[in-house]
Amino acid sequence: MKSVKFSEILKKYTMVIALVLVVIFFSVTTQGKILLPQNINNLISQNGYVFVLAAGMLLCILTGGNIDLACGSVVCFTGGIGAVMMAAGINCWLAVIVMLLIGAIVGAWQGFWIAYIKVPPFITTLAGMYAFRGLSNVVLQGYAVGVSNTTFLNVFGGGADCYIPDFLGGGSINMLCVVVGVIIAALIAITTFLSRAKAKKNGYTVAPIGGVIIKTVIICAVLVWLFYMLAQYKGIPTVLIWIALVLLVYNYITTNTRMGRYLYAVGSNEKATTLSGIDSRKPYFFAYVNMGLMAGLAGILTTARASGAQPTFGQGYEMDAIAACFIGGASAYGGEGSVFGVIIGAVLMGIINQGMSIMGIESNYQKVVKGLVLLISIIFDVMSNKKKS
Amino acid sequence: MGNVILEMKNIIKEFPNVRALDNVNLQVEEGEIHALVGENGAGKSTLMNVLGGVYPYGTYEGDIVYNGEVCQFHKIKDSEEKGIVIIHQELALVPLMSIGENMFLGNEKGKKNAIDWNETYKDADKYLKMVGLTESSHVLIKDIGTGKQQLVEIAKALAKHAKLLILDEPTSSLNETDSRALLDLMLVFKKQGLTMIIITHKLNEVVYVADKITVIRDGTTVESFVNDGNVDEARIIKGMVGREITDRFPKRHDVAIGEVNLEVKDWSVDHPIYEGRKVVDNVNFNVKKGEVVGIYGLMGAGRTELSMSIFGQSYGANIKGKLLVKGKEVTLKSPKEAINAGIAYVTESRKVNGLVLTNSIKVNTTLAHMDAVSDKSIIDADKEYAVAVEYKEKLRTKTPTVEQNVGNLSGGNQQKVLLAKWMFANPDILILDEPTRGIDVGAKYEIYCIINDLVKEGKSVVMISSELPEVIGMSDRIYVMNEGKFITEMPASEATQENIMAAIIQSGKGE
Repeated sequence: MKSVKFSEILKKYTMVIALVLVVIFFSVTTQGKILLPQNINNLISQNGYVFVLAAGMLLCILTGGNIDLACGSVVCFTGGIGAVMMAAGINCWLAVIVMLLIGAIVGAWQGFWIAYIKVPPFITTLAGMYAFRGLSNVVLQGYAVGVSNTTFLNVFGGGADCYIPDFLGGGSINMLCVVVGVIIAALIAITTFLSRAKAKKNGYTVAPIGGVIIKTVIICAVLVWLFYMLAQYKGIPTVLIWIALVLLVYNYITTNTRMGRYLYAVGSNEKATTLSGIDSRKPYFFAYVNMGLMAGLAGILTTARASGAQPTFGQGYEMDAIAACFIGGASAYGGEGSVFGVIIGAVLMGIINQGMSIMGIESNYQKVVKGLVLLISIIFDVMSNKKKS
Repeated sequence: MGNVILEMKNIIKEFPNVRALDNVNLQVEEGEIHALVGENGAGKSTLMNVLGGVYPYGTYEGDIVYNGEVCQFHKIKDSEEKGIVIIHQELALVPLMSIGENMFLGNEKGKKNAIDWNETYKDADKYLKMVGLTESSHVLIKDIGTGKQQLVEIAKALAKHAKLLILDEPTSSLNETDSRALLDLMLVFKKQGLTMIIITHKLNEVVYVADKITVIRDGTTVESFVNDGNVDEARIIKGMVGREITDRFPKRHDVAIGEVNLEVKDWSVDHPIYEGRKVVDNVNFNVKKGEVVGIYGLMGAGRTELSMSIFGQSYGANIKGKLLVKGKEVTLKSPKEAINAGIAYVTESRKVNGLVLTNSIKVNTTLAHMDAVSDKSIIDADKEYAVAVEYKEKLRTKTPTVEQNVGNLSGGNQQKVLLAKWMFANPDILILDEPTRGIDVGAKYEIYCIINDLVKEGKSVVMISSELPEVIGMSDRIYVMNEGKFITEMPASEATQENIMAAIIQSGKGE
């Protein structure tokens, strides 16, 4: 019985274990450089867009393995509009709202064709990929447009000061960052055990206490360590707040709302869902509107990070987001996947990128490795599913 | 007869956590039809998969002795070379390929890189004739009916030079006429010296066709006896469930039948693709409070099409007619509207149209009535869990927890989850489409009890079924449907298998 459980744990946390192994591998090959505070900070800042886009992409994939190829172009399109607006001296908050709104409208445009007219998502978004890349060029008139609005840059993770100021005054170490890390860890621990106690009181089956303790301790330890590392550099990067917000919201949507439930149901058995009295077009529409919204947000983050927009921005972003979802255990057939998985997938991709960069591996080979990692993770998934049945 | 062609000795097969087969013994004589019966999950299919090499040698214990030699099959091809061919329950045909292509798929005629199509189709036609099909082997599989597809499967097996043919639930998707034709074909093959093993839930077929019967229960052989003319269904059931079921249909007591809950008037539905083809033709019926109304019809009679068109126009085109719920006329344009009007449709194909197999019992239970477990759009996890547990206990669904994926349950338990889902939606009228298809005798009885409880609560039940004894045993009133029309209505007390079948034959002649 015990061995069975062990293999189950192994299966459930395959990607987490893979992540740990990859981290160990790069720690050795880079003599620990990959875990330097600055590199950890960069990992978050550079991959902000992957987390955000992958969260949106997850919803699309849940509906039946559908993807959005256009989101990279939409990132560029919204970023371009924002940059042009701010360059023309328009208020940065207005620009932000317009960028998000345009993202959502683009999502609604694609979602309408996919959900209500039943145009295959692959074709719809392939069309969008071309169209919005073209429109980005039109908006930017083929040039790079710089953004110098410091509020915008600071809030969305660009420039030199995009960190939460340390008003606790810690000196060499960012005290605020440490405190926040500890508070978050404590909150997680408390809510975990409170909800478990409540569940037990109501007579639900609960996970064994030992496992819960181990899991919580690991999560809290990783978080505290992460914030401690960040504290040794410049503190909490503002982009981390946006990432965290997006992940929390989408985790809530997928686990606690009716729409989230419908996304999974449609992806697993659309006929049964329709016959349950659910309008199966709505989950598709919802997924693509959200994908568009996230593309808008990613456009904001990318523009801020680069202090401007240019027509080639966002190329291949859609692939990074798709890869993060699949590596994180989302099923290519839909109906399976989680935000937690997306986090693991995105971090894994980020670390591989960064580790290889530090090792000085040529970028062409980096792509080869990325491709192989994606393939291997899917093979794992397929094989373990095969064994189950 | 006489010499033993196949002997399976002390077969043990283990899966993670369960022992599916525990010392099973099976002896088949040459030239006989051997029936393998048992409840769902008893291990019949597993046993045949061991025999056919689906589970390779070494993954099980025990011996397979075939024609006097101990066999070690490592793959399906190994057993097929010896002439052991299994026809699985799910038809393994490619819809967009021709009959001939399907028959020699994986077994192509001619050279490795140059298929001899002339030879293929010539041979295919030969085997088609043997199973009594007049179709050309160039016809695509999708263009022939399920009954004929099943015959193609048999022809395919014959083309592999089968000496021992195993048929796993060959009639589960066939109507009575096609089933009977298939069984008769088996008897013809028997005369020609073919040995067959048939797995089936339909015990009348066993009585009709089998020479010898082996009963498997919980992974072990319970008994094996000769069908000598004194064996009836009750005798077989006794072996299957380990006790005698005196009453296959539980009685209803003190159920008051009230006013009409649902009335369907002049209902006509066209085929959604072939316009103008009437699938349901001018149907009138009603069901009262506290009443079970049975709709009997052969497969293809239009029963499912009728009920799905009522359930929010989920099927068909050009739907005409009136629908009255509790005396008030309603127009239901979507399943949602039908549910709101108090109608539930429990589908005949639970895996395809009914359940989300990769989700938990909990999720499936609440899917059609999420309003009750959520506040606006946020799900109340506690409430949802409580509901799932309540229905699990009410219907006695066998599962360790309600977090279990529905795909892991047996057919009977899946059916219970499907019923739970619609009971939770709290409808006044339940349309149950083949509620006991593919589930075993014990689970059937439990489903019947649930139906009785439902009408006791004052609900109306429309039960569609192609099993005559079930319709007669469970209904208060029976409608008989044939070729899209309701041909007769009778109280269950007057119904017999003979007069219902006679009515159908009569209406067929009238055309």
